[in-house]
Amino acid sequence: MTAATSPTRQIILRALVLALLAIAGTFLLDPFRNYQLAVIAACFCATAGLSLLVGLTGQLSLGHAVLMAAGGYGYALVAAPAAEAGLDGVPRFALGLLGALCASGGLGVLLGLAGARLRGPYLAGLTLALVIALPALTAQVSVLGGDQGVSAPFEGVPGPLQQLIAVEQWHAWIAILVATLAVTPLAVLRTSRAGLRMRAVHADETAARLSGVSPARVKVGAFVASSLAAGLGGAVLCVATQSVSPGRYDLAFSLLLVVAAVVGGLGSIGGAAAGAVLVVLLPWLVDTITAAVGVPADLEQRLSGNLAVLVFGALLIVVTVIWPGGLAGAVGSRRQAWSRARARARAQAQERKRPPAPPPATPTPSPTVPHSLTER
Amino acid sequence: MDRLVFLLATGLARGLVIALFALSLVIIWRAARIVNFAQAAMAVVAVYVAFAVTSLTGSYWVGLVAALAAGALLGLVVERGLIRLVPSRTPLPGMIVAIGLVMVLQSVMGILFGPRHKPMSAPFDERPFVVGSIPVLSPYDLFVLLVALVVVVALALLFNRTALGLQLRASAVAPEVSRLLGVRVPRMVTLGWMLSSAVAALAALLLVPTELGLNAHSADLLFVHAFTVAVLGGLDSPPGALVGGVTVGVLISLVTGYLGAGIVPLAVLALLTLVLLVRPGGIFAVKEARTA
Repeated sequence: MTAATSPTRQIILRALVLALLAIAGTFLLDPFRNYQLAVIAACFCATAGLSLLVGLTGQLSLGHAVLMAAGGYGYALVAAPAAEAGLDGVPRFALGLLGALCASGGLGVLLGLAGARLRGPYLAGLTLALVIALPALTAQVSVLGGDQGVSAPFEGVPGPLQQLIAVEQWHAWIAILVATLAVTPLAVLRTSRAGLRMRAVHADETAARLSGVSPARVKVGAFVASSLAAGLGGAVLCVATQSVSPGRYDLAFSLLLVVAAVVGGLGSIGGAAAGAVLVVLLPWLVDTITAAVGVPADLEQRLSGNLAVLVFGALLIVVTVIWPGGLAGAVGSRRQAWSRARARARAQAQERKRPPAPPPATPTPSPTVPHSLTER
Repeated sequence: MDRLVFLLATGLARGLVIALFALSLVIIWRAARIVNFAQAAMAVVAVYVAFAVTSLTGSYWVGLVAALAAGALLGLVVERGLIRLVPSRTPLPGMIVAIGLVMVLQSVMGILFGPRHKPMSAPFDERPFVVGSIPVLSPYDLFVLLVALVVVVALALLFNRTALGLQLRASAVAPEVSRLLGVRVPRMVTLGWMLSSAVAALAALLLVPTELGLNAHSADLLFVHAFTVAVLGGLDSPPGALVGGVTVGVLISLVTGYLGAGIVPLAVLALLTLVLLVRPGGIFAVKEARTA
C-alpha cells in the first residue's frame, strides 16, 4: 500500500513546495508582474491539461480556449448572483469554482464522447469549428452577454492582509492556489494506472482493447480531466480580469495553448508550465522590444501581434521537426546523460578501488559489456 | 417563394466554391492520408500572388494562371521542404506542423500587407439576372459554376481514367506495394500536394471577390466549411465533396436568409457534430478499416 501511495505523496509534497515558493515569489514582483503571473497560472492550468491529453492519448484539441471560456462563464454566472445574494469571500469563490467545473466538465464530457469516436484530424476539425462558433454562441444566448461578456464580482484583498499586499498580488495568490488544485490531480493521474492506460490506448488501440482496456472510456476520461483543468484556468482568468468575454478566447489564443503544450513538451507538466510562461511573456516582450527599437508607427502596427505569432509558428514547426520532446524532452535527456555520466564515473572509481583480479583462465565476458549496455 | 429561389441559387454558387475547396482536401487525403490544416493560408498566399500579377498586367486571366502556378509551387515547397521532414507514423506531428505553418504564413502576410481588406474585382458582372422578377445567378456565379464543374470533371478523369491517377491512388492506399511495383511513391505524394494546393488556390480566388476582400484570414471560414463538407461527404470521396459542398452552401444560404448570418457558425457546428456522431467516416464513406 505504501509503495502505491508514495509517488502520489511525493507529487503532492512537491506541488505544495512549488506553490509556497511561487507565493513567496510574488513579494518580489510589482503589481503588473503579479497580474502577468496570474495570467500565466491560468494558462498553465489549460496547457497542462492539453499537454496531458495530446501527449498521453494523442487527441489533438484546437478548442481548449473554449473550455477555458466555459470555465470563465461558469464562474461568472454563479459568482455574480451569489454576490447579489450577499455571499462573500471563500463561499462565493468556492461556488464560482464549482460553476466553472460544472460548465467545463459538461462541455468536456460532450467533446470527449465525440472524441472517443473520432480519429486525429476529425477531432481537431470539430474543435476548430467549435472555437469559430464561440462568438456566435455568445451572441445568440442572451445569458452569455454577447461581445461584452459577463462581469464577475471583484475579489478584494481580505481584511488582515490589506496592509501587506496589493490586489494584483492577492489575485496572483488565488491563481497559484487554483493552479495547484488543477494541476496536481493531473500530475497524479499521469503517473497512475489511468495514465498507463492512456499511453496503452495511444500506442495501439486494438492491443489495448484486447488486454481489457476500453479505449472509449479512457479517452473520455482524459478529455474530461483535461477540460476540468482548463475550466479552472478560465475561472482564474475571470477573477484576474473581473470579466469573461468571447474576444479573449479566439482561435489565435486556442492555437497559443497548443504552441505552449508542444514547445514545452507533450505529456510533461513542467513543460506545460514553461510553455505557459512563454506564451504569456513572449508577445509582451516582442511588443516591448519593437517599441524600444523605435520602428515607424505604420510598421509597428503591423508587427504588433503578428511578429509574436510568427515566432510561435516557427517554434511549433522547429520543435516538432528537430526537437520532438520539446523543452521537457531536452532537459530530460540532458539530465539523463548527466546521471549516466555520473554512474559511469562511479563505476570506474569502484573499478580502480578493487584489487586487480587474476587473469581468468577461460575467456569470460569482459566487464565493460554491462557498461556499454547501460550507455544505450 | 421568390426569396427561397434566390437563396437556393446563391447557395448553389457559394456551395460550389466550398465544394472545390473541399475537393482539394479530398485530393490531399487521397494522396497522402493527411488533412492539411494549412490549406487556407497557403491558398491565400497564392491569391495574393494573383492579386499582384493582376494589378501588374491588368488581366484577370493571367492572375488566375498565376494563382494556380503559385498554389502548385507552394504545395511542392511545403511538401518537399517541410512535411517530408515530419515523422508520419501518427497524424499528430503533421497536424501540428501544419498549424505552425498557418501561424507563420498568416503573420507574414499580416506584416507585409497589413490588416485591411484589399478589394478585389470579379472578371464578370456580379449583379444577378432577373428571371420573372426573381433575381437568380449572376454572370460571375455562372462562371464559378462552370469552373467548378470543369475542375471536378477533369479531376474525376485524372483519377479514374489515367495511369497517373491510378498511380496516385495506389501510392496513397498501399505505398509499400506500389513501390515494389515500380510506382515512384514520393513523387506521387508531391504531385498530390501540388494538385491539391492549386485547386485550393483556385477556390480561394473564386471566393474573394464575393466577400469583403483580400486579407490574411480571408479563407479561414472557407476552410472550416470545406472541412465540414469533406467530413460530410467522407474524406475519400470526390462526389461526396461535391454533393456535400452544395448541401452546405445551400444550408448556409438558407440559414443566413431566414435566421440571420449570426447563426451560420452554429448551424455548421451542429451539422458537423451530427455527421461525426452518426457516421464518423462520412456519408459517402465506402468502407471502414478493420481494427481487430
